Amino acid sequence: MDTPETLSGSQTVILKPARGWLGIDLRELWNYRELIYFLTWRDIKVRYKQAALGITWVILQPLITALVSTFVFSRSLNVNSGSLPYPLFVLSAYLPWHLFANSLTKSSASLVGNANLITKVYFPRIIIPLASVLSSVLDFAISLVILLAAMAVYQVPFTWGMLWILPFAVMAMLVALSAGLWFSALNVQYRDVQQLLPFISQTWLYITPVLYPINVGDSPLFRTIYSLNPMVGVVQGFRWALFGGTPPDANLWASFGAVFLLLITGIYFFRRMEKTFADVV
Amino acid sequence: MLDSELSISVAGIGKRYRIGAAQERSDTLRDLIVTQASHLRQAFQPGQRNARASRDHIWALKDISFEVKKGQALGIIGRNGAGKSTLLKILSRVTDPTEGYGQLRGRVGSLLEVGTGFHPELTGRENIYLNGAILGMHKKEIEARFDEIVAFSEVEQFIDTPVKRYSSGMYLRLAFAVAAHLEPEILVVDEVLAVGDADFQRKCLGKMGDVAQQGRTVLFVSHNMSAIQRLTQESIVLEKGKVLLRAPSDEAVDFYLNRGLSKVGERYWEPDEVPASAAPFRPLAIRLLDKNGQVSDSLRSVDPITIEIEYELSEDITGLRVGYYLNTSRGESVFTSFDTDAHELYEEYRSRPKGVYVSRCTIPGYTLNEGRFSLGINASSYRIRRYFQDDQALSFSVDASGAPGTQWPEPRPGAVRPALGWVIEERI
Repeated sequence: MDTPETLSGSQTVILKPARGWLGIDLRELWNYRELIYFLTWRDIKVRYKQAALGITWVILQPLITALVSTFVFSRSLNVNSGSLPYPLFVLSAYLPWHLFANSLTKSSASLVGNANLITKVYFPRIIIPLASVLSSVLDFAISLVILLAAMAVYQVPFTWGMLWILPFAVMAMLVALSAGLWFSALNVQYRDVQQLLPFISQTWLYITPVLYPINVGDSPLFRTIYSLNPMVGVVQGFRWALFGGTPPDANLWASFGAVFLLLITGIYFFRRMEKTFADVV
Repeated sequence: MLDSELSISVAGIGKRYRIGAAQERSDTLRDLIVTQASHLRQAFQPGQRNARASRDHIWALKDISFEVKKGQALGIIGRNGAGKSTLLKILSRVTDPTEGYGQLRGRVGSLLEVGTGFHPELTGRENIYLNGAILGMHKKEIEARFDEIVAFSEVEQFIDTPVKRYSSGMYLRLAFAVAAHLEPEILVVDEVLAVGDADFQRKCLGKMGDVAQQGRTVLFVSHNMSAIQRLTQESIVLEKGKVLLRAPSDEAVDFYLNRGLSKVGERYWEPDEVPASAAPFRPLAIRLLDKNGQVSDSLRSVDPITIEIEYELSEDITGLRVGYYLNTSRGESVFTSFDTDAHELYEEYRSRPKGVYVSRCTIPGYTLNEGRFSLGINASSYRIRRYFQDDQALSFSVDASGAPGTQWPEPRPGAVRPALGWVIEERI
């Protein structure tokens, strides 16, 4: 039986103590692409097999959130969503937010949840948080259908410009991956992270304009600082792509910069901690 | 660069762990703060620091160097804690060495466990793909071997059933079937043959033999000395993280068994481990002795095995019998024996005065077959009272090397392996 191509090629594997800071080996990651696919596939498959209502949850979650927040924020607290109907206003931001929060929760718990793999088989460890982030894409795609349906109900015109949500969705996943790299690696050592995560997630939601609009009257400096939360860029981008209005301004660069920084430091931190995963987890 | 004849070459490999790394890691941030504070304190008391550092760490492996030629099968023998698993983990890149250097040529497949990554909710079919991918197979390879894997596992009918509904035997067969169809240049295997029933074990051994025949390099860890002898030409003996010996496997196995390196074979009961209801009987210890009177948990089928039960009676007991149940590791009973089974002893010990006793029993050589066994202990007075019982007091393994029939490299079913007097006559 000939092997089409081998994982490590027929080259030599070197064993030696890992020292210092390591970057990421993209070539090796590419060689392991099928494992990324299978782990993502497993996460998705298992999630829907175990839930009695299966895929229905993915549809119910954004719907219920939209209904509840419409009632609380729009009716009771009189949050002003401008010309946009509040349910659409919430849904359009909740979708990328949910993609992010879901990915973050799953990737942060992923290493500990896959301890049995880490202690028995070698593969680039980054695959585990990466696959859990990717497995949230299906949920996102399904909930997107809900959003489109809601838009049809409110007679929002469909345009090609709406495709801009895709790069912003990728950005949301990158934010989740970056933070997930930090949290998953920390979680191996300190299980407190798992306790802390709901609070982090909650706080992050409050500092992101999901349930309320950005106050355009704020000072430019404040807006820039605010945009250092990359999810601000994502949510604004989504609303702009779907409903138009003010296009993303220079503040988006603050969001980009923040993701980039978080991702690079996340990768290095993860790679540094990675050596001890199998011994500690 | 590696000599082209060599497949594995490691030099001066060492691995240091924090003592009880698993338990003592800073599980919570509070622990972290506490340990950091104590590090800080030490920084001001440099004298104590080194002492502490060496006390907190243990070298699971130290200065391991060896080479394996392409196509060679090397066995790794050693008792629990000798560093076998750590060595395999380093070779399969699960963990990094603390020091040293090694090179492996080609794709490494490691089987530190069968069924790594199996998910109970997924079907057999789905798990084959998942497990194959985790072990490093490509989708195309898995597809190409899928039918072979299913046939080998003997679970065709249940291939679309979630594996959580499988019996443990089916589960293991499927898991091993995937692993057995992995075709790396270097295969690292840890004790995975100790699964399944005798038939399946035979099949696995055969498959492993094939792998070695095909010119792949195999590193094989096992407590099963016969399997080591069957599958490998050479073995290394590990003790306390160091290579003690490298020799042809027969020699290495002999050396290991005779050295009594496997010194567990003993169990003590602390006073607080014994329920108050056992009084006036109190078990002190149970141990297994080899033919030289050495405590051991790996015994040989051909040698006598002595079992000692030590206990204390705080009062006289009438009709006491102390004994053991011998079971196979699968829980099938082999036999049960009590110290007052013999009529003379029964008469002599109708009443046993208070004091400390040893009840000793020898199982003659050529009795037990290879495998793992467990001993349960029982102390009772018939129809009056059971003082103490522990069904899993001790376990041990029996090695069949030299036993009748071992000239044929096949596992023999059954718990016993007596040397029976056959006569062959020619009818005229």
